[in-house]
Amino acid sequence: MNLFSAVRLAFGSIMTNKLRSFLTMIGVTIGVAAVIALVAIGQGTQRQIRSQIESLGSYLLTVNIRGRGADVAMTYREARDLTSDLPQVVAAAPVVSSSVTTKYGTREHDTNLLGTDQNLAVVRGMDVERGRFLAPLDVECRQRVAVLGQDVVRELFGFADPIGQEVKINGISFLVVGVLAPQGTSMMGSGDDQIIVPVTAARQLVESSGVRTLYVKGRDAEGVEVVTAVLEQRLSRRFKDPDAFRIFSQTQMLETVTQVTSTMTLMLAAIAGISLIVGGIGVMNIMLVTVTERTREIGIRKAIGARNRDILRQFLIESAVLGSLGGSFGIVMGLLLARLAGRAIGVTAVASPLVVGGAFVFSAGVGILFGVYPATRAARLDPIQALRFE
Amino acid sequence: MIRVENLVKTYRMGSIEVEALRGVTLEIARGEFVAVVGPSGSGKSTLMHLLGCLDTPTRGSYYLDGSLVSGLNSDDLARIRSRTIGFVFQGFNLLPRLTALENVELPLVYQGVNPTARRLKARECLEEVGLSDRANHLPSQLSGGQQQRVAIARALAGDASLILADEPTGNLDRRSGREILDLFSRLHRAGRTIVVVTHDMEVAARAHRLLRLQDGLLVGDERVG
Ligand SMILES: Nc1ncnc2c1ncn2[C@@H]1O[C@H](COP(=O)(O)OP(=O)(O)O)[C@@H](O)[C@H]1O
Ligand SMILES: [Mg+2]
Repeated sequence: MNLFSAVRLAFGSIMTNKLRSFLTMIGVTIGVAAVIALVAIGQGTQRQIRSQIESLGSYLLTVNIRGRGADVAMTYREARDLTSDLPQVVAAAPVVSSSVTTKYGTREHDTNLLGTDQNLAVVRGMDVERGRFLAPLDVECRQRVAVLGQDVVRELFGFADPIGQEVKINGISFLVVGVLAPQGTSMMGSGDDQIIVPVTAARQLVESSGVRTLYVKGRDAEGVEVVTAVLEQRLSRRFKDPDAFRIFSQTQMLETVTQVTSTMTLMLAAIAGISLIVGGIGVMNIMLVTVTERTREIGIRKAIGARNRDILRQFLIESAVLGSLGGSFGIVMGLLLARLAGRAIGVTAVASPLVVGGAFVFSAGVGILFGVYPATRAARLDPIQALRFE
Repeated sequence: MIRVENLVKTYRMGSIEVEALRGVTLEIARGEFVAVVGPSGSGKSTLMHLLGCLDTPTRGSYYLDGSLVSGLNSDDLARIRSRTIGFVFQGFNLLPRLTALENVELPLVYQGVNPTARRLKARECLEEVGLSDRANHLPSQLSGGQQQRVAIARALAGDASLILADEPTGNLDRRSGREILDLFSRLHRAGRTIVVVTHDMEVAARAHRLLRLQDGLLVGDERVG
């Protein structure tokens, strides 16, 4: 019997028990749907985080300085000089930061203050929408000027133009000189809910004047590596403690994120996969019932010349069709589910053909695997006993 | 065509052994029309199952077309059932979900004949039993006599040279039974070897040789007709 007519035969017997077949397939369907949906959401999340990291700007190094005990004070100048002699560095921006309360007229808004210099715009790829960014002179002359994020503008000014207005930051007046273009939300927190001032002017506003973050933009990938090594060395010498600081390169972050999200996705898929196995047991159960019900048919087929392997094949194909039919429904359901859930949590689900194809093959495999025992039983039936069966 | 020597078949049911055949020796030549008669439980069906390669003897040897069949493995037996033997049952044993034509095709499916060729052959066989107009009917849409004719067509489809029928008219009324017998006579004239188990002396009268079984032993072998 060729494969095509065998599959048609299998469809035929599946269709004679529509409800029963359907209930059996639901197990596989749910399992496959869960795997597909979770993997699609997982991959979507991963892609989203990656693009956020990539949007931070290329060849970016982030140095977090935690200090050692009380020795946290790395001054702006000190931080700036860490990389100023390195030709591989395009720009470096030390940042001090603090939570502050901003005020304009009667409106108040709590936000995050960054004290830095003109280089931050270059290093982080920030654009201003209106006005200007910090200038070198602002830093040198301790100008009380501020660049506002979109959220801060909305909270304090509504639709009014903030440029040229004075805002109070923790009670001290600053002149608004610029508004950042929308930054979006990244792993670094909201890029829109922040206010940027010259590091020299920030001194009165921050509890600790120590630089907590240093952003460094390298010239190229190789440069980033060199700079990382040099910084590692210099900071070790400065703090005498490898835990006092941490250097992240973008590649490293991407790797970490990919690893974490992949592991998470895999784990979720594995948990969902368990329900596939439960579905497989359902298939096995119904195949055993089918074999018993069709004992007489098996006897007849054997009596007219079917070999054991013909019977084996017939029932294996039937359970494979059952499995892959359930799998196909599951794929459709999973993709729908991923899209709906993705929309709900703001992630674009990614359906990779590999996963979809894999799920199909896997569900057919589950059908075959759990069909082996019932099919073997069918194949081994003694023709005479089978023919006597009522 | 058939030669059995000292054929013994013992069924075990728990601790009890039932000797269904207790040493049957006989020979059937190609082209014979043989009837097997005997009281119920005398071992007629058991003998037919052994001759039809559906079962294997406990002891004794069975030569079919000169080659030893007893002791072959199940695949080889399946091949013999497929190529050489056509079995006709009392209860027809058609597959209920297949049409008459598809039922007749079935032996050819297991012979690996391609779909076009087997359709053609199956139609021929249905025509031979006079049922070409019922090709697409399901067994449930056919009378008992018609179902048995489909079963005979199925036995013919595989080009069986040996037709074994176990009480083929047992479930049929007299008229349908007679049609089936006419069919067997015709097949016999066409050169097939036919062995029929029966209770009905009218059936036995059609045959050219009568075998009598009793308690698992062959007690009579006579030429008739
Ligand atoms: N599968 C079996 N298991 C146990 N005993 C059987 C089996 N088949 C037949 N027998 C016994 O073997 C004897 C012969 O049976 P059978 O060949 O069917 O007789 P017949 O067809 O002449 O009526 C009977 O006693 C029957 O009970
Ligand atoms: Mg009997």
